[in-house]
Formats: sequence, C-alpha cells, structure tokens
Amino acid sequence: MPNPREGACWAFILGSFEFFVYGWYPDTEKWRVNLSFILLIFAIVGVLKETLPGKKYWLWFAAAFPFIAAWLLLGGLGLQPVETSKLGGILLTIIIGVTGISFSLPIGIVLALGRRSNMPALKTVCVLFIEFIRGVPLITLLFVASTMLTYFLPPGSTFDLLMRVLIMVTLFSSAYIAEVVRGGLQGLPPGQYEAADSLGLTYWKAHRLIILPQALKISIPGIVNTFIGLFKDTTLVLIIGMMDIVGLGRARLNDPYWLGLAGELYLFIAIFFFICCFSMSRYSINLENKLSTGRRD
Amino acid sequence: MPENNLSTANAETIISITGMHKWFGDFHVLKDIDLEVKQGERIVICGPSGSGKSTLIRCINRLEEHQQGTIVVDGTELTQDLKNIEIIRSEVGMVFQQFNLFPHLTVLENLTLAPIWVRKTPKAEAEEMAMQYLERVKIPEQSKKYPGQLSGGQQQRVAIARSLCMNPRIMLFDEPTSALDPEMIKEVLDVMIELAESGMTMLVVTHEMGFATAVAHRVIFMDGGEIIEANDPDNFFNNPQNDRTKLFLSQILQH
Repeated sequence: MPNPREGACWAFILGSFEFFVYGWYPDTEKWRVNLSFILLIFAIVGVLKETLPGKKYWLWFAAAFPFIAAWLLLGGLGLQPVETSKLGGILLTIIIGVTGISFSLPIGIVLALGRRSNMPALKTVCVLFIEFIRGVPLITLLFVASTMLTYFLPPGSTFDLLMRVLIMVTLFSSAYIAEVVRGGLQGLPPGQYEAADSLGLTYWKAHRLIILPQALKISIPGIVNTFIGLFKDTTLVLIIGMMDIVGLGRARLNDPYWLGLAGELYLFIAIFFFICCFSMSRYSINLENKLSTGRRD
Repeated sequence: MPENNLSTANAETIISITGMHKWFGDFHVLKDIDLEVKQGERIVICGPSGSGKSTLIRCINRLEEHQQGTIVVDGTELTQDLKNIEIIRSEVGMVFQQFNLFPHLTVLENLTLAPIWVRKTPKAEAEEMAMQYLERVKIPEQSKKYPGQLSGGQQQRVAIARSLCMNPRIMLFDEPTSALDPEMIKEVLDVMIELAESGMTMLVVTHEMGFATAVAHRVIFMDGGEIIEANDPDNFFNNPQNDRTKLFLSQILQH
C-alpha cells in the first residue's frame, strides 16, 4: 500500500466549502445568495407550518419566492446581472431541486385531474404526456434539453441552458407526481364525490375542498418519495456539463493540491444529500400523523 | 306521529318524472317511470335489491343520468345543462347509506361547507345555523369532533343535518338505516320522523316498514326497474293488488 494516510483530511472540505456552496458566484454579490437562502427558509416554514399568524400572506410569499429568488440570483432590474453559468455547487443543486419540487406538484395535480377528466381530448393529451415522460430516462430528456432543443428554436435565439434543464426536470417529476396523485384520487370512496355533488358544489369547489385535501393526504408518502428521488436526480445534470455539487467536487479533486481526497468529498456530499432527504422524509411522517383524524373502530 | 291522511292533493307538484328510462350499458335498470310528487308529500320506495329504487332517487339529483324521458324538479328540467343541475342539487338534499361525511373536516365544518361555498352564507351565520340543526338531530356536543370519532347513528344524523343546512325543498334518503347496527336505527328514524312532521317533501328508499306505516303518504313498490304498485300505506300493506307485491311483503313481513 503506497503511503497510507493516517486519517481524513477535512481541510479539503473546509477550504473548498465556500466554493462548493456558491460555485463561481461573484464575491461581491454573494450576499444575494445568502439572502435567497434565508428567504427560502422563510418560504419553507411558511408553507410547512400549519399554524402561523397571517398564514395566507406566508403562502403568497412562498408562491412569489421562486420569482424573487430568480431575480436576486440572476440580477437585472437594478441588480448586477449574473450569468447562469456562474451558478454551481450546492446553490445549483438547491435551485434545481426547489424549482422542480415547487412547480411539479401543481403541474402534477393538474395532469392527474386531466387524466381522470371526462373530456376525451384533455384526457388524451394528459395520458400521452405522462406516459411519454415516464417512458424516457431523465438523462435523455436532459440531453434533449442541452442539445436538441436548440434545433427547434429559431436560429440565433438563446434560451438559457439552466432554464431548459429546469423545465425538463420539472416536467419529468410532474409526470410521476401525476401518477401518485391519481392513485390518491382513486383511493377515495366514490361516496365522497357523490356527497360533494349532492350538496351542489361545482367541480372545482368539490376538488379544492373535499377531494384534493383527502387525495393529497393519501398521496403524501408517494409525493415525498418522488421529491426525494428528484432531489437526488439533480446530480445527473453533471452529465450535460452543469456543475452541481458533485460536478464541482470532482473538478476540485483534479486540483493537484487536493489529489486523492475522493473519500472526504463523497462523504461530504452524501451527508449533504442525506440531511436534505432525511428531513423531507421525517417531515412527511410528521405531517401524516398530524393529518390523521382518528377512527373510532 | 304525523297525520297520515294529510291531503296533498291540492299541493303543487314539486317533482315530475315522465316516461323515464335508464340503462347501465345493456342493462335496462329503469323502465318507463312515471312519478309525480307533491310539495310536502312523503314517499317510501321499497322493493327487492336490484329493483332500481336507489337508481331512481339518484336520478332526481343527477347522481345518475337518465337516457330517456323527462325529470322536472321544482320547475327546472334536468338536462346536460350544468347550471340547472347545480340549481337542482342545491334544492335537493340527499342522505346516503354510507353517510359519506367528509372525514377530513369536523362535524361543524361538514355542516357549514356547502352553505358557505354554495350559498355564500357568511361563516358566523352558517355556524349558527349548523348548531341549530345539530340541536335538532340531538348531537350539538359533537360539533368539534371528526366523523371518524362518532358512531354510525351519530354520523347519519350529522349527514341529515348537513343536508338540512342547505334548506332543501326535497330530501332524498337512500337506505339511510341499512348500514347501521340495530340499536342505532331508532335514533336515525326518530330524526326522520321529526323531519316528516315539519312538512318536508321526502323520498325514502328503505326496508323499514314501520317507518313507512307511520309517516308515508304513499308507498311505492318497485321490481325489475318498474313501479309495480303505489298506494297509501294502509291499502299497500293490508290489501296489495299485485302478486309480486304480495310475495315481497310476505317475505319481509314474515319475521
């Protein structure tokens, strides 16, 4: 064994930590990333915590958050513009993960309702979309995003690679969410629809007040499972040349100064993903318990 | 006990079904149904299982779609027009065999949901009204509980109160006591009798012949998707005309 090491070298992680978090984000503008992270925490708390004073405004804020964050991170409207190619590391991982999660749930719900619709055209479109997306590996969709999409766009138009990737990841995940939610919808007794109908509730009111709250509750384990899968799959963007946390780590391993520290790197990355995914899992269990309304028998 | 021989002859017609047919695929489940219901009339529908009695009352609020003939409820004809269907549904209350309460909402929320979202009643007013109806079905103390925490009889009484909160002009009952343990049947029937006394128009699919004798103006016997016989309870039970009615009565009244 050539020169076995005595122990782990955490200086590698500590020394590169800032790089792993912010990627190539300009030093003078890092406060915008920090502010985005803080706002993200507020948005998450606003959505997840049931009892908050002014809950409605928290939800509005959470809905606006992706757009606020996009402005903060990319600049424009008075902020110095930052190119998306400067985004990397944990920042990029979280951008893709959070965007995918927050947009794929509503899109997935709409697809699930569409698939169960009585309108043949709408139903066909939803079925085709879901089956196509689910039948294709995410990697191929990402390659489509990185290469082929440009063929379909007008010549000379620039459609940001990150934006394309975000759209693909969101669509991919929403097809899975749609199927999970459809399972939840089918799990409801038909009597719930009939009771809502017999009270004169319209389709949308019945779904919003009666059907979806129950169907989503049944679907929580599947939805969170899909989210966890999505979050880990964000690492696949490495293959089309985007530098997420894995990509950055691998790049840094090639630095002659830090050669041979793969163990420390991957352990660090594993811990990062574990903390994120385990938190999601625990929250979902917590939510299921809170939402169970008791059975007498 | 409500007046059994109460005359409804002069009352206005509130439901009018003429020449109505319904098929489930190839199965002809309702055949040429004609039925007039007067305001304030109480009708009990009985018959062997599969005779189409539940399907008949489910056609009245369009939970099932009929394919031929006309159904006019309170002056509005049931067609594909969603607006008409919504109007009729908000005028017609329905109580189901399986209660169909909303398990994710408290009893009070179950009651106030439709008044708030369909009738646009202010929340405080809807809650006040809901509590009145819970008093009427004798379970005001359960208002903060979830349906899953109540007994079957209590759930069915909540379901009746939930329908009443919409101030319906007609109440449909689809075997309201069939899923209940015997000791709970009475508490539900008591509520229904009290409702009958208040003058509500009621169509009740049930096998509770004691209830039919006590409150019905008319008892309808269905078999094979047809109305075989309709008569006032006295004549219906003591002097049935049709052989199928006689057979059915002999089967259910034996024990």
